[in-house]
Amino acid sequence: MAEVLVYVDHVDGAVRKPTLELLTLARRVGEPVAVALGNGAADTAATLAEHGAVKVLTHDASEYADYLVVPKVDALQAAYEAVSPAAVLVPSSAEGKEIAARLALRIGSGIITDAVDLEAGDEGPVATQSVFAASFTTKSRVIKGTPVITVKPNSAAVEAAPAAGAVEALSVSFSEKATGTKVTARTPRESTGRPELTEAAIVVSGGRGVNGAENFSIIEALADSLGAAVGASRAAVDAGWYPHTNQVGQTGKSVSPQLYIANGISGAIQHRAGMQTSKTIVAVNKDAEAPIFELVDYGVVGDLFDVVPQLTEEIKSRKG
Amino acid sequence: MSLRIVVTVKYVPDATGDRHFADDLTVDRDDVDGLLSELDEYAVEQALQIAEDADDAEVTVLTVGPEDAKDALRKALSMGADKAIHVEDDDLHGTDAIGTSLVLAKAIEKAGYDLVISGMASTDGTGGIVPALVAERLGVPQVTLLSEVSVEDSTVKGRRDGDAASEQLEASLPAVVSVTDQSGEARYPSFKGIMAAKKKPVESWDLSDLDIEAEEVGLEGAFTKVDEANERPARTAGTIVKDEGEGGKQLAEFLASQKFI
Ligand SMILES: Cc1cc2nc3c(=O)[nH]c(=O)nc-3n(C[C@H](O)[C@H](O)[C@H](O)COP(=O)(O)OP(=O)(O)OC[C@H]3O[C@@H](n4cnc5c(N)ncnc54)[C@H](O)[C@@H]3O)c2cc1C
Ligand SMILES: Cc1cc2nc3c(=O)[nH]c(=O)nc-3n(C[C@H](O)[C@H](O)[C@H](O)COP(=O)(O)OP(=O)(O)OC[C@H]3O[C@@H](n4cnc5c(N)ncnc54)[C@H](O)[C@@H]3O)c2cc1C
Repeated sequence: MAEVLVYVDHVDGAVRKPTLELLTLARRVGEPVAVALGNGAADTAATLAEHGAVKVLTHDASEYADYLVVPKVDALQAAYEAVSPAAVLVPSSAEGKEIAARLALRIGSGIITDAVDLEAGDEGPVATQSVFAASFTTKSRVIKGTPVITVKPNSAAVEAAPAAGAVEALSVSFSEKATGTKVTARTPRESTGRPELTEAAIVVSGGRGVNGAENFSIIEALADSLGAAVGASRAAVDAGWYPHTNQVGQTGKSVSPQLYIANGISGAIQHRAGMQTSKTIVAVNKDAEAPIFELVDYGVVGDLFDVVPQLTEEIKSRKG
Repeated sequence: MSLRIVVTVKYVPDATGDRHFADDLTVDRDDVDGLLSELDEYAVEQALQIAEDADDAEVTVLTVGPEDAKDALRKALSMGADKAIHVEDDDLHGTDAIGTSLVLAKAIEKAGYDLVISGMASTDGTGGIVPALVAERLGVPQVTLLSEVSVEDSTVKGRRDGDAASEQLEASLPAVVSVTDQSGEARYPSFKGIMAAKKKPVESWDLSDLDIEAEEVGLEGAFTKVDEANERPARTAGTIVKDEGEGGKQLAEFLASQKFI
């Protein structure tokens, strides 16, 4: 069976969930060969093997942390040349898309970004995209070169599928351009202890209706009662009430959880673009005409300062 | 020496309109109003600020798109850009990201540049890959997704806020930059700016001006193919209740019925 390259997104050896989803999808089109780069690359092997990687190509060098994107493109290209895969799959993070795009150009291939599903077709992998703020679904293919496809988080359920996961050192020689953009400082994001927004099964969001940074504690309390991640609309972020990293929408994160609860959010098209594919949508808004109600499975027309705390209490008492 | 800034701007269908696909599965541009992609306004704004801080600078806005795409250029000119380039050719219809990056890179080279500034993503294709592709083609550093940017002594510096960390980046010019919507509100064109824009030069180039063959772009040259585009079925109307004191409890009941609690 043909091999499929899977680019591994990991933090110091801890593999992030979207990569495990990618391995599940990769098995539909071939045998996954994982490429893990940077600090802790070799530590990813056991997890990757558990999820279907027949081989894990690893390489660490200071260039991956010290310079932007290009060293990783050089390495992925080296892996591509070593393996001659039938497709290359990369998680659809901002960086993942840039790596994938430059690789595609170098190897003379097309690229499909932000796929939400992937199937094997007669003429190669078929990718589903959710476009125009999730109002259309398209099916597309790469018709020249080796398909390079980036896949959004939450596009597949993670399935274990033990495989050999033999670790092999990848040999990489960096291009002259690899050191073009220097990373002069890096401030890691502090963990809140809550689930990662794009990976969470439940997301509880607050918008302009939350009316102040201090009131976000109401949103956080609801999130914590459900083990959920916290999201925010751009209006709330722009007002400085919540960090930009929690923004949901076109220019924030796109989320696709089992349950999305929008509180004091009107449902502008750019917000919808980031949450419309959530399985179940719930909203609390005091305006019965708010467009968000067009999307909901369940909506409460009411003041969030009454409804949300009552909901949180009720959840806590039901959970005991 | 003059700092030559080229800003790439895309003409897109209005996101608040009824966007859909034409029969050949490209974006239907006839039924929906087009405009300058709002995310490219941030690129124009940063270009203007960098130009204002430089001793001597010139801001050129560049678009690849149909006849109407001139509207996007006019908007950028009325914000304060100095001149515009419109790459227009019937053979461009249906060009994908790889093809778009080819046309942009050739046009940028022909125009001459020290700095290219792009938006973080278009509001229609939302690929977010064109700046990286253009940097790869030009063989210059990519300094992308910046929420803060400055240029001094032929060096561009900026902050990139990623998922795992916030990074400070630095590269020598020439370089390709892209900026996010966190980089600072874009200015509104003033009346004076709108009037002045009418007199600013807009050059039109076609594929032959850029030594690009028709087969390299358009639907024919595309590296990707859309086989199907289907409108998502409307969500079935949900239950909506008015809070009369029990709204939170009712919502909890719903969540329990769906096994979320
Ligand atoms: C290029 C571009 C990109 C954008 N990207 C994003 C993005 O990524 N994410 C995003 O969210 N937006 C984005 N926006 C902004 C978007 O257009 C909206 O402005 C934004 O989503 C509005 O946020 P909101 O719903 O919180 O605020 P509003 O639209 O002001 O809505 C607030 C809502 O809260 C309700 N409310 C007020 N008080 C209460 C109360 N006490 N109890 C209950 N309800 C209450 C009101 O009835 C109202 O419906 C973008 C815009 C542009 C142009
Ligand atoms: C719904 C949809 C899905 C698509 N999916 C794919 C896909 O998976 N693969 C693919 O190859 N193509 C795809 N395309 C085509 C792609 O959008 C166009 O080729 C487009 O011109 C470049 O990609 P982008 O719009 O995603 O740009 P982005 O990479 O999102 O744009 C980033 C920046 O590049 C600049 N830019 C982009 N296009 C132009 C332009 N024409 N003129 C000037 N500056 C520009 C702007 O500064 C912009 O802010 C898709 C188009 C649509 C409408």
